[in-house]
Amino acid sequence: MWDYSDTVKEHFFNPRNAGAVADSNAIGEVGSLSCGDALRLTLKVDPENETILDAGFQTFGCGSAIASSSALTEIIKGMTLDQALKVSNQDIADYLDGLPPEKMHCSVMGREALQSAVANYRGEVWSDDHEEGAMICKCFAVDEVLIEETIRANNLSSVEEVSNYTKAGGGCSACHEGIEEVLARVLASQGRSFQPSEPPAKAPERKRVAVGMPLMPTRAQTSVLAAEQAPAAVSPTATSTTPRQQTSAVSASATSSSKRPAAAAESSVVAAGQPDGIESKTAPRPKLSNLARIRRIEQTIESIRPNLQRDHGDVELIDVDGKNVFVKMVGACSGCQLASVTLEGIQERICEDLGELVRVLPEQAMAVAQRA
Amino acid sequence: MLKSLAKKEEITRSREAAKALREDAKKRRLGPTNTMSLTSMSSDQTTPGIYLDNNATTMVAPEVVEAMLPYFSEQFGNASSMHQFGDRVGRAIKTARQQVQALLGAELDSEIVFTSCGTESDSTAILSALKAQPARREIITTVVEHPAVLSLCEHLEKDGYSVHRLEVDEQGRLDLAHYQSLLSDQVAIVSVMWANNETGTLFPVEQMAEMAREAGVMFHTDAVQAVGKLPIDLKTTAIDMLSLSGHKLHAPKGIGVLYLRRGTRFRPLLRGGHQERGRRAGTENSASIVALGKACELAQAHLETERTQVAALRDRLEQGILEVVPNSFVTGDPSNRLPNTSNIAFEFIEGEAILLLLNKLGIAASSGSACTSGSLEPSHVMRAMGIPFTAAHGTTRFSLSRYTTAEEIERVIEAVPPVVAQLRKLSPYWDQDRPATEGQGHQASFQPAYA
Repeated sequence: MWDYSDTVKEHFFNPRNAGAVADSNAIGEVGSLSCGDALRLTLKVDPENETILDAGFQTFGCGSAIASSSALTEIIKGMTLDQALKVSNQDIADYLDGLPPEKMHCSVMGREALQSAVANYRGEVWSDDHEEGAMICKCFAVDEVLIEETIRANNLSSVEEVSNYTKAGGGCSACHEGIEEVLARVLASQGRSFQPSEPPAKAPERKRVAVGMPLMPTRAQTSVLAAEQAPAAVSPTATSTTPRQQTSAVSASATSSSKRPAAAAESSVVAAGQPDGIESKTAPRPKLSNLARIRRIEQTIESIRPNLQRDHGDVELIDVDGKNVFVKMVGACSGCQLASVTLEGIQERICEDLGELVRVLPEQAMAVAQRA
Repeated sequence: MLKSLAKKEEITRSREAAKALREDAKKRRLGPTNTMSLTSMSSDQTTPGIYLDNNATTMVAPEVVEAMLPYFSEQFGNASSMHQFGDRVGRAIKTARQQVQALLGAELDSEIVFTSCGTESDSTAILSALKAQPARREIITTVVEHPAVLSLCEHLEKDGYSVHRLEVDEQGRLDLAHYQSLLSDQVAIVSVMWANNETGTLFPVEQMAEMAREAGVMFHTDAVQAVGKLPIDLKTTAIDMLSLSGHKLHAPKGIGVLYLRRGTRFRPLLRGGHQERGRRAGTENSASIVALGKACELAQAHLETERTQVAALRDRLEQGILEVVPNSFVTGDPSNRLPNTSNIAFEFIEGEAILLLLNKLGIAASSGSACTSGSLEPSHVMRAMGIPFTAAHGTTRFSLSRYTTAEEIERVIEAVPPVVAQLRKLSPYWDQDRPATEGQGHQASFQPAYA
C-alpha cells in the first residue's frame, strides 16, 4: 500500500472544493495518458484584478490525484492568476506533506490543469509538451523519458554518468539493469555499443561526499544542466585524471547539479585542493578539549544543513557521547529511505573534520547505544 | 574500531531478539494456538475487517498453523540426516507430499517437487524446458499471464527466444485455432495459466495440453489460482508441469510446488544437494511443507464448499452490487470462471480511490487500476480484453474464501454503492446521475488535453 501522509489522506477523505464552480469563467481540462487520470479545474476569476475568487475540481483518479486537486484549489484561492501560475508541483506536494515518488505526477497534473485554465481565461491555447515514461528509478522518481533525453543531450555512456546527471540509480541501485537497458538502446540507435564499466581493481576508496539528499532536476532544468555540464564531461582533465580525482569531479558535478553554483565551486575547490584526501586527515592531531570537539561537530553539521534544507530536510545535533554523535533527522530526511546514506555522509564529514573516528547515529539509537 | 563497535551492538541485539523469540515460543506453547483474527486489518478497530482479497493471499488455516508449529521447535531435524531427528521430519514431508499428490490427482508422489513459491515453480518449468531442448527456440504463452511468466518471457526474448503471446477476446477467451497454428517442433514449451488471477476466467488447459502433446510440445500451467478451488486430476490430463503456491490455499507464504509428470525431461534451476531427488536442491522448508500438506488435505475436503457455498456468496455479492450501481459490469467470462472471484468494473472512477474508501470501512479488495500496481500501467489483463480505460481503472476484484460469511457479503453490498456514488460526484466524467456524455445539464462532455 502507498505510504500516504496524513495530510494526503485527510484531503482524499474530505476533499475541499470538489465539484464545478457554478459561474466559472476559466476551465482547464487535462489528462495523463500514462496513468489514465484526468482532471477538470474550474475557476471564477475577478476580471478587475485577475484574482481567483473560487476554484473547484473534478478528478478521475487515485487517492493522491484527488488530494493533489484538493490541495491545489486551496492554495490558489485568493491568488492572482500570475501568482497562481508560480505554484509548482513541488508546492502542491509540500502542501500535502509529500507524495510517494511514483505519485509526483499527480501533482504535475494539478499544475497543468491550472496552466490550462489560465490559458482558457486569457483566450490562449495551452498545449502540453510534458511527456512521461515508465518509472525507472523509484528512489528519486526518474522516468525513462528523462533518462533517455539526458543520455542523448549529454552523450552519456555509463550508468555512473546517468546517476550523476539525473540521480537515477544513485539510491538503492536496484534499477541499474533498467538504466543499462536504456543506455544500450540509445547507444545502439547512435551506432555505438554499451560497454559496462570495468569492475574496479580494488574497492573504490570512499572520498569526501557531498552530503545532501539527492535532488532530481526538473525537466526544464535538465537542458540548462546539460549545457552547464557538457564542457566538464568532455574536458580533457576530466578524462585523464586519476581515479581519485575523478571521484572528486563526480562529487563536484553532483553538487553543481544543485541550484547553488557558488557552493559547487567551493566544494570542487576543496576537493581538488586536498588531493591526498583521507590519509592526510587521519594523521595524528592535538587532542581537542570536549568543548572544542563538540563545537567542531556543531560547525560541521551547520555546514551540511543548507544542503539538506534545500531538499526540505534538516538535521539537528542532539548529543555527543564519547564516540557516538546523535542527530535527529528532520523534515523530508526523517523517514527518507536514504536517511542512512545521509547519516553515513555526515559521519564521514565529521570524522574528517575532527580527525578521529566517530559514529553518527539517529537519536532513536541513543537508548540502544547507551546500553551497549 | 567503528566496525567492532557496530559488531558488538549487533551481537547484543541479536541476543536480545533470540531471547524474545524463545519467550514468545514458550508462551505460545502454553496458550491457545489459534490466534487468528482479522480485527487488526480493519482501520476501524471496533469492527472486524472483511477480507475479500483471497486471490492475493489467504489466511493460514488454524489447523494448518497447528500442524506446522512443532516443526519449528521439537521437530527441527534435517530430513536428510540419518538419526531419529531427521527421520521424523522426513516422514512428515513424505506425508505432505502424498497430501499434495492427492489434491492434484497426480499418479505418483515423486511427481511433486517442493519449491519456495509459485514464481520459482514457473521459472523452473520454463527454463528447464529450454535447457533440455536447446534446439527449440520458441515459447507459447498468453497476454494475460501473471508477471511470473510474462516478465520471464520478456527477458528470454532478449536472449533470442521468440515468444508467441496468445491474445484474448473481450471476455478473456483464447482462440484455439490460432493456438493450434503456432504449435510446431520449434516450440520448447507452452505455458498457459489455468485461471486468471484478476478475472477468475478459466482457460481450457486440459484441451490445450492434449493439443500440445499431439504436436510433441511440453505443456506447463500456472495453476496457483485454480488449485484448491477446482477439482484437478492430473493423471488423466496431458499436462506435463504445473505450478502451485501455498499461500493461495490457506498455507503460509514461502512454499510452492512444481508438479513434474514422470518422464518429462527436466533440468533443475537450483543444483546442490540431493533434496527433492536432486530436482530442487536446498534444505527442505519442512514446517511449510507440512503446512502445505495439511492445507491440501483441507482444500480437498472443501472442494464442494467452493463449488456451492463460495460460488453462491460470490453470485449474491455480484448481483447485489450490479442491481444498485449503474454503469458497472462484470469483466471476464462469467460463465466460465473460478467460484470465488468477481471482478467488477465501476465506470468513470478509479480503483485505488475505491479501495481506500472501502478500506476505511474495513473492507479489503483489490484493483486493476494503474495506481495500485506500483507501476503506472493499468492492468495488462483489462487492456488485453479491450476494456476502455475509464472502466479498466475502476475495476475492483472481490475474491472470497471458504471463510467468507453471508453476513459479510451483505455488509459489502451495502457499503459499495455509496462509495461509488461519492467518487462519481468528484468525477469529471459523471454528471448528477449519469455519465457526463449523456448529461443534459450544464456540463458538456469531458474531453481533457492529454499529455
